[in-house]
Amino acid sequence: MDFNSFVNLFWPSTVNGLVLGSIYALIALGYTLVYGVLRLINFANSEVFMFSAFGSFFAIDMLGIPDRLSNGDDPYKTGFTLVGVLALCLVMSIIIGGASAVVLERVAYRPLRKRNAPRLVFLISAIGASFAMSEAVGEWGTKQRQDYALARVFKKRRLFSIFNADVRNDYVLVVIGSLIMMVILVLFVNRSKVGRGIRAVAQDMETARLMGVNVDRIILITFLVGGVMAGGAAFFFEIYNGSARYSLGFELGVKAFTAAVLGGIGNIKGALLGGLMLGVIENWGTSLFESNQKMGSVTAFVVLVLVLMLRPTGLLGESMGRSKA
Amino acid sequence: MSERPPTTGTDLPPGPPPTAAAKLAFGERIAAASDSRRRFFAKWQQVPKPARWVIGILGLAFCYALPSLNLPVIPTTGTDFSSMLAGSVVIYVIVALGLNVVVGMAGLLDLGYVGFYAVGAYTVAVLSSQHGNLPWLICLPIAMLVSMLSGVLLGAPTLRLRGDYLAIVTLGFGEIIRLLAQRFDWLGATPGISNIPPPPNIGPIHFGVLDSKSFYWLGLTMVVIVYFFLSRLERSRVGRAWTAIREDEDAAELMGVPTFKFKLWAFAIGAGVGGMAGSLYATKTAFILPQNFELKLSILFLAAVVLGGPGNMPGVVIGAVVVAYLPERFRFLDTSRYFWFGVALVVMMIFRPQGLLPRRQHGRQVEPPSDDPPPFEDVREGDPDLEGGAHGTATA
Repeated sequence: MDFNSFVNLFWPSTVNGLVLGSIYALIALGYTLVYGVLRLINFANSEVFMFSAFGSFFAIDMLGIPDRLSNGDDPYKTGFTLVGVLALCLVMSIIIGGASAVVLERVAYRPLRKRNAPRLVFLISAIGASFAMSEAVGEWGTKQRQDYALARVFKKRRLFSIFNADVRNDYVLVVIGSLIMMVILVLFVNRSKVGRGIRAVAQDMETARLMGVNVDRIILITFLVGGVMAGGAAFFFEIYNGSARYSLGFELGVKAFTAAVLGGIGNIKGALLGGLMLGVIENWGTSLFESNQKMGSVTAFVVLVLVLMLRPTGLLGESMGRSKA
Repeated sequence: MSERPPTTGTDLPPGPPPTAAAKLAFGERIAAASDSRRRFFAKWQQVPKPARWVIGILGLAFCYALPSLNLPVIPTTGTDFSSMLAGSVVIYVIVALGLNVVVGMAGLLDLGYVGFYAVGAYTVAVLSSQHGNLPWLICLPIAMLVSMLSGVLLGAPTLRLRGDYLAIVTLGFGEIIRLLAQRFDWLGATPGISNIPPPPNIGPIHFGVLDSKSFYWLGLTMVVIVYFFLSRLERSRVGRAWTAIREDEDAAELMGVPTFKFKLWAFAIGAGVGGMAGSLYATKTAFILPQNFELKLSILFLAAVVLGGPGNMPGVVIGAVVVAYLPERFRFLDTSRYFWFGVALVVMMIFRPQGLLPRRQHGRQVEPPSDDPPPFEDVREGDPDLEGGAHGTATA
């Protein structure tokens, strides 16, 4: 326990936690949406995230930007070029995320739903898919099991400080970008016709079917939306972190899932709250225990257990079907 | 007793319930499968008891002789066969039997079972090498006791949670155990603990580094003991209470089953068996590292149980053998074997959602009249909430 470092690093770790937390929140949305509709832990959502993290790499590759600052060659982009490059990265990530989530649903879940399989079976199928996806990248990716480093097109610099915490431009981009994605999602679920379908299926699948909702289509769309969110999360993660590898999904997926449960799985606002809280708590824990990141995860889990003891269904409860969001 | 999650107003199972036709097809398939199995078991019952004993003993003897037989095809090519049997197959079988108590019998989803396994292994390592030199035979019961205790400590505050919430908490527990082991020097930290002594020699059977056959025999003996103990337990009052909890926790509570107490027992017994497997692992490898207890292992353990058929002990044994053996047998695929393992899991779940050897429904089955519309019981079998058990009442 090192209270000194905790106090000294309080603001930096809070700021960092919020940034990481908004990425967790976006991934957590994938878990929460599918859980809300199917009552199913989509364990492979983390691998969808990992896949789409490579979207940025493909985009950079397509544009032929060199990965290193070699003599005189400046990969840093500015102005509209930068916006264009980032937009392409985001689009690629989202496409890969959405597509892989849809394929996942088709291959690993739909056949089981047709057979009305027990729920544990879905979990194992998801785990199998998740193994296969991450191992496929680890095995047949160009760098196999090593880290892939993203070309630094985006020059990170300090924008301003809050107390003693530096706020970098990528932090601002990540937080604002994730918030925008979440607002769009909430509007989509609450206002659009398809969103109404999602809520209807979450509330009562059989009645929704009787009312003429195409349940299979809604489920596919739910997976698609979850994949898109994971894609967005992957893009922001690459901006923030700049590297990826085959086991990335597993590492972040567990945390995002924890975040979803912390806020109340099946609850969209809960995913946001849970993600931000988890990110911050984890960073506080890290600074409290001699900057040992492992202890950050331990702290986060202990807090999760405490929260669940007091509120057995998470901070905001499970409510996608019932309430508005 | 429990705080129920706010309902979404549905008692329906997750996943769109199939159309009538699909239900019929599924019911028929199940009926056909259980029919042939019922016939098989009926025949088995007709075999005179001494003959059944002889067949059982011969089967067991075959298992004991397995590493010495030099059979074609079966032995693994990349690794020493008996070492593989001792180091992974028997350990997986013990673990799966233990996890089956929690997941299969009581229907509680545990994603952090590796935590108990690690507690067992670390207790042995700490007592026999790191901070003492107790012999393994004394460490074993202590390790089981400590694991049981950790099961109770984890279970007492968390077993009131339902379904998926319990899953994430147990997952966190598994991670915490590993991370703590990694952090504290007292537990060997990152370099781990080495020089864990082997079990004492029994007559001509020596337990050295190269004697993996003896470890296999030891492990197999432990499997037999655990199997016997658990199968007795399954047929006792405790086992019936677990079944009741798995099928419908609220109904069980209303019928007077003290559900919390029995869930805690399931956790404790499962944890004890997990700790036993961990202590075998520690003494077999003589060297443990925090990395040996990663979350991935929990998932493989769970896969073993579900693959085999949760709640059915012979099925679980088969599932564990498959999960432990296949990646080793296909070692020639090199590192891609886990990819194929993942694919195989998905495919197997699609074609055998009930597990390789599903649970028999003891005597509750109403014989379906042949031409009537699908009887209620058949539909029930396919019902996720009843059959999957793990979180049957999580959402209702």
